[in-house]
Amino acid sequence: MIRFDGVTKQYPDGTVAVDDLSLTAPTGKITVLVGPSGCGKTTSLRMVNRMIEPTRGSISLDGQDTGRMPQAELRRGIGYVIQHAGLFPHRTVLDNIGTVPRLLGWDRKRTAERSRELLERVGLELHLGDRYPAQLSGGQQQRVGVARALAADPPVMLMDEPFSAVDPIVRDQLQDEFLRLQDELGKTIVFVTHDIDEAIKLGDQVAVLRVGGTLAQVAEPSYLLAHPADDFVADFVGRDRGYRALQFQATPRLPLRSERTVVLGERPEGSAAWLLVVDDDRHPLGWVEPARIGGRAVEDSDLHRGGTVARAGGTLRGALDAALSSPSRRGVVVDDSGSLVGTVLAHEVLSAIEDTDRPERDEDDPVHGGAVAVAADEA
Amino acid sequence: MDWLADNWRTVLDLSLSHLYLAGVPLVVGLVLSLPLGWAAKRWRGSYPAVVTTTGLLYTIPSLALFVIMPLVLGTKILDPVNVVVAMTIYTVALLARTVADGLLSVPDHVEQAATAMGYRGLRRLFGVELPLAVPVIAAGLRVAAVSNVSIVSIASVVGVSQLGNLLVDGYRRIIWGELLTGIVATMVLALLLDLVIQTLARTLTPWRRAAGARS
Repeated sequence: MIRFDGVTKQYPDGTVAVDDLSLTAPTGKITVLVGPSGCGKTTSLRMVNRMIEPTRGSISLDGQDTGRMPQAELRRGIGYVIQHAGLFPHRTVLDNIGTVPRLLGWDRKRTAERSRELLERVGLELHLGDRYPAQLSGGQQQRVGVARALAADPPVMLMDEPFSAVDPIVRDQLQDEFLRLQDELGKTIVFVTHDIDEAIKLGDQVAVLRVGGTLAQVAEPSYLLAHPADDFVADFVGRDRGYRALQFQATPRLPLRSERTVVLGERPEGSAAWLLVVDDDRHPLGWVEPARIGGRAVEDSDLHRGGTVARAGGTLRGALDAALSSPSRRGVVVDDSGSLVGTVLAHEVLSAIEDTDRPERDEDDPVHGGAVAVAADEA
Repeated sequence: MDWLADNWRTVLDLSLSHLYLAGVPLVVGLVLSLPLGWAAKRWRGSYPAVVTTTGLLYTIPSLALFVIMPLVLGTKILDPVNVVVAMTIYTVALLARTVADGLLSVPDHVEQAATAMGYRGLRRLFGVELPLAVPVIAAGLRVAAVSNVSIVSIASVVGVSQLGNLLVDGYRRIIWGELLTGIVATMVLALLLDLVIQTLARTLTPWRRAAGARS
């Protein structure tokens, strides 16, 4: 558990970067600090491992005041991932990963074994281990950055916009893998981002900071979207927060329709305007308009691939998006193995949404306790 | 060519002296420049002072420096040590700034990562900062090497032998073969040192070639 207790950082020129911040990052959870530039989120993060010293207040790690711990030892016990990965360009990938273990005095053999283990853990092939960072893509470098932070198995990780320098598709992938990894490892993580979508996707709790370094609200993502504490938070979480909040709501039982399909390479039958094309395992591939291809077998080039695919038992957001993005207006729903289960229409998802409650405040939940007054409700 | 054929042994001896007088100061100067450059980076306020002071040393005329050395060091006038020390001063003049700039060229995110991982002191300098400063330092070292090889020739005037002797003697007695040999041998020596430094820098920075060959 990381605890900020009335932490203030004021620079000699009078600028206040962080103002009286009190916040608890619970053990084994991801706490995201999010806010616009100048809100002091990175400063707050760096005060945890004392790359920046607080002017007032204290930060404790599992009850121990970090201000009293020797700096280098403190830092070697905290994993740190930064934007652009910050890899050492002159060291191979494996040597980069082994940095902290070597600093801690592990021997070469043990370090090398651990580094290889981590390389695989973050989803990189072993042969990349002998490369230099410049020979990797941005996404690969970022994975190495994560592996390096994990090398000495620190209980605490600090992550400063680790995924913001890669393209959106890779970012999405990295986020998913990061969550999967966290499921296995259960680290206490403080994660800084300026991207509210990322905050909501990754955070177990999200702390919104405003310019000047004050805490505006801290809450679970679903709660934050449903009940922003004030105009600033409401504005920051964005206009489409109603839609985004759907991603936290598991799909109730939707009335799935069975869908007529055609296997790729075969002739479509019947007179439907749109027909779903699947492969031999009933994995959906895309839609065709039988009238347009004139009775011949369906080819790959006939496919309309615009639609997203929702997972049965997934989120309401996924189901609605599948319906909205489908050329036929019928949203494709698959099971966990990716095989077709059926389709759903947008208005059916909407009526399911109308039947679900908005997330409410749980009075016993320590996440929402204390620091901020939460607006009673909003129109 | 005839002149060279008759005197090649002398030329070889003079070349070795020349190499010694230019090369040893290069190494000693680099070693002395490391703490100076490091300090200029560590205390950023001292950067202008360090760079300006060391830079000014380079403006002292070499002949004057060679002549003053025995007075400062208490050595004999013909002692080669005078030249070695003087050349070391020139080397520091060129390299203190280079080392500082090299250390400052380490990318900010790498410095941050080093700090966050608990790198400190000498381990940080030799493990992270210096290896990354090698390309910049090597570039400065090449300039210093050529400069040293060229300036050392003047030492003939104060009676310390090296390839400059061929120039002085060849000029005085108008022996074209000797003059030409002196010029060419000096150039060859400079190129040779340059090549050694380049090779060394390449060996120390395999990661830079890797960056060029990005797949």
